[in-house]
Amino acid sequence: MKTVFARTAVLKDCSTHYCPGCGHGIAHRLVAEAIDELGIQGRTIGIAPVGCSVLLYDYIDVDCIEVAHGRAPAVATGMKRTNPDKIVFSYQGDGDLASIGAAEILHAGHRGEQLTVIFINNAVYGMTGGQMAPTTMLNQVTTTSPKGRSAVEQGYPLQVSEVMAVLPGVVYVERTALDGGAGVRKTKKAIKHAFELQVEGAPGLALVEVLSPCPTYWRMPPAKAMKRIREEMSKFFPVGRLKG
Amino acid sequence: MAGKITIDIEKCKGCGLCVAVCPKGSIVISSESNAKGYFPARPTNVDCTGCGECAVVCPDAVITVYRDDSRKAGSAGQRREANGAGVSRG
Repeated sequence: MKTVFARTAVLKDCSTHYCPGCGHGIAHRLVAEAIDELGIQGRTIGIAPVGCSVLLYDYIDVDCIEVAHGRAPAVATGMKRTNPDKIVFSYQGDGDLASIGAAEILHAGHRGEQLTVIFINNAVYGMTGGQMAPTTMLNQVTTTSPKGRSAVEQGYPLQVSEVMAVLPGVVYVERTALDGGAGVRKTKKAIKHAFELQVEGAPGLALVEVLSPCPTYWRMPPAKAMKRIREEMSKFFPVGRLKG
Repeated sequence: MAGKITIDIEKCKGCGLCVAVCPKGSIVISSESNAKGYFPARPTNVDCTGCGECAVVCPDAVITVYRDDSRKAGSAGQRREANGAGVSRG
């Protein structure tokens, strides 16, 4: 029998610290597969965020740097400008990118930096215990919105992709969902395209927003969390290509 | 049997996503825990077509998928042989 699917070598041979059913594991694999397929492992630099995926450098076998909370696009800017032949990507969660790092990502896009940004949106702060994030959906219960997020009290969920897509310095924006086999395959395609653009020298930033499950702080089994992305989350965050 | 999967049970966390997406229902959650204390997924490989849906959604990249691409040309005898091999490993 022929092997039709095996773990990529760019993903280190170790177990992750993620909870069972966490979307980060899938997203890590997709990033690793894209790097593997494009043959850029030797010249890729990853920027790890603060959040659950803080240990990214332990899992993806490329040179990585860990940066202060939200500052990944700022450090990535320096990396890319001083090493234009390198492929620089940042991998950030919604607490990191959409909250404390909102200014950094906005201005990296505004300046048209040649970066690839993988934005994992699970609508909650996972690392710190399930608090409300800027991307938390209306009526979503978190530890800091126990009655559900209300637009009057806490504002609306922040649609990062829509905001980024209007900037002239951003060349590609796509939102995908890890809600099943088809969604994962589409996410893989989007992530690979975001890397390809940088390899080809596209004049701007490429961002892929990935709707990802957090079964632990959504307090539901992993299969149900995937269903929630499909049925609930994609209403607040419509999937599809927004630009490029 | 046209396909077969293997699961690295020591790295599996038993999230059950593969069980939920398998169109043939040929993956189950094991009743024995691994060294980390998780109850990992276990392939029965019964009716497995090697579609790979389980491996695509696996958050821990622990599933390897094999497929017999000569399935249509293969005789019933070959199919029986493949089935037997799968059962002995399962």
